[in-house]
Amino acid sequence: MQPIISISGVTKTYATGFTALKEINLDIRRGEIFALLGPNGAGKTTLISIVCGIVNRSSGTVTVDGHDINRDYRAARSLIGLVPQELTIDAFESVWATVNYSRGLFGKPADKAFVEKVLRDLSLWDKKDAKAITLSGGMKRRLMIAKALSHEPRILFLDEPTAGVDVELRQDMWAMVRRLREDGVTIILTTHYIEEAEAMADRVGVINRGEIVLVEDKAELMRKLGRKRLILELRSPLDAIPDAFSHYALELSPDGGQLTYTYDNQSERPGVASLIRELEAAGIHFRDMDTENSSLEEIFVNLVRKQA
Amino acid sequence: MNFHAVWAIYRMEMARAFRTMLQSIVSPVISTSLYFVVFGSAIGSRITEIDGISYGAFIVPGLIMLTLLTQSISNASFAIYFPKFVGSIYELLSAPVSYLEIVLAYVGAAATKSIVLGLIILATAALFVPLRIEHPVWMLAFLVLTAVTFSLFGFIIGIWAKSFEQLQLVPLLIVTPLTFLGGSFYSINMLPDIWRTVTLFNPVVYLVSGFRWSFYGTSDVPVAISLGMTVVFLLICIAIVAWIFRTGYRLRN
Ligand SMILES: Nc1ncnc2c1ncn2[C@@H]1O[C@H](COP(=O)(O)OP(=O)(O)OP(=O)(O)O)[C@@H](O)[C@H]1O
Ligand SMILES: [Mg+2]
Repeated sequence: MQPIISISGVTKTYATGFTALKEINLDIRRGEIFALLGPNGAGKTTLISIVCGIVNRSSGTVTVDGHDINRDYRAARSLIGLVPQELTIDAFESVWATVNYSRGLFGKPADKAFVEKVLRDLSLWDKKDAKAITLSGGMKRRLMIAKALSHEPRILFLDEPTAGVDVELRQDMWAMVRRLREDGVTIILTTHYIEEAEAMADRVGVINRGEIVLVEDKAELMRKLGRKRLILELRSPLDAIPDAFSHYALELSPDGGQLTYTYDNQSERPGVASLIRELEAAGIHFRDMDTENSSLEEIFVNLVRKQA
Repeated sequence: MNFHAVWAIYRMEMARAFRTMLQSIVSPVISTSLYFVVFGSAIGSRITEIDGISYGAFIVPGLIMLTLLTQSISNASFAIYFPKFVGSIYELLSAPVSYLEIVLAYVGAAATKSIVLGLIILATAALFVPLRIEHPVWMLAFLVLTAVTFSLFGFIIGIWAKSFEQLQLVPLLIVTPLTFLGGSFYSINMLPDIWRTVTLFNPVVYLVSGFRWSFYGTSDVPVAISLGMTVVFLLICIAIVAWIFRTGYRLRN
């Protein structure tokens, strides 16, 4: 299937001479939730801004549902809703006026019932006559989302939507994202909470210093780059790890009661089975064992560190 | 053409004017009345007539022009500077609207406001002095043309400005002096020759002169030249706006 967004060879050098993006190639699949991860200043917002038409790129092409974002900007932009990272709202307008304005701006005829539904879904309906300046930070964030959804976009960009948002709103937000995806909306989000990407995303892209370091199915990524940890609860504590096991990357807990063995999913280095056999043979018995997968966060930190 | 967008922007801008009614209408009306009191009575008692028109009536077109110029510039420059300043401009830039539509909506709203204001001041003036308008159609034409031209000019300043100081700079340092020296309160024929020649480089002279002609049928410079100069200035502004949008100047960088 044709990707819904296709970014090829996109670079961006700001007026300051700083190159924020170097030859970005990225395809976003129709209907997926794509998480773009990267440290501060990696170029996430710059990339999103280019696709949305807020910043001019220095070179490269971008198409949205087959429409070139320059030649065919009307068709491209009307498909996109953007919730920017910064809370930027006209402080003196009412919630109702602001959201209806956004709908009109994107070329949609007025539809009070639809705007009401958007506001209700985001628990903003009872604030519809309030001026934006009187809203709390979390409500402003919801207002930004309402504006982005007001024109029924097929693609939604969420640039760090959960920064400064409490747990309840965050959960509401993810529930909303899932509903949107069920309706076929493609969602691209950036976040610093990697657990979120882990819980939500279908695919993950990592960007660092203006370069896409990796794009992978989330499950595949976890399988490929994830590490496993085998934790053994010992029957009787050890003083130290016997020399015979020095070729295993073993760690002993301070109280000597727990052994941890970390290994890559892929490498066929000293296997778990042989470790257990050897431990038994050496008379080190355990009463319980557990395995843990490493989180996306660890994968991410490792990747970025490797690059530095 | 994205009419919904043009209408949405236009309506939002007009709503802002209604909300700030006091600032946008009452204060210019008060300051115009003060001009009448100060200039009309103080100077009017010494200069009784210019070109056969009582001094009080003579300054009306100039006063309206003064308001029209300053209000068009400040309305339009603020309207586009403000979203740039708070960052909400992202939405405009990401919307499926053409440059023409953006200009149409913002400049249209700013011009509408200053035209309404111009008419209110005209009505206010009618309370102070007997007015006659010989060429009402031309009067309206000059009103609209000037409002549009200087709203465009304000729009350019609003995009160019990087701070509130810069936003005020051009109106304060250039427009206000030019307006005061533009023959609003006197006929340039009253000036010594050399100053009259210098004055002819001031574009405001042509606006005021043409506008006054539509009231009383007399003018400092031929009305065709007035009209021509206004149109030329309009075209220059259009060209600059076109360039701004083609390059993304101070908007998409
Ligand atoms: N207008 C600008 N002029 C010059 N440099 C800029 C501009 N905007 C961003 N940059 C630089 O480009 C780089 C990428 O910025 P960007 O905002 O895209 O990062 P980001 O990945 O979104 O970071 P964060 O996670 O902090 O939001 C940064 O080094 C930033 O300083
Ligand atoms: Mg960012």
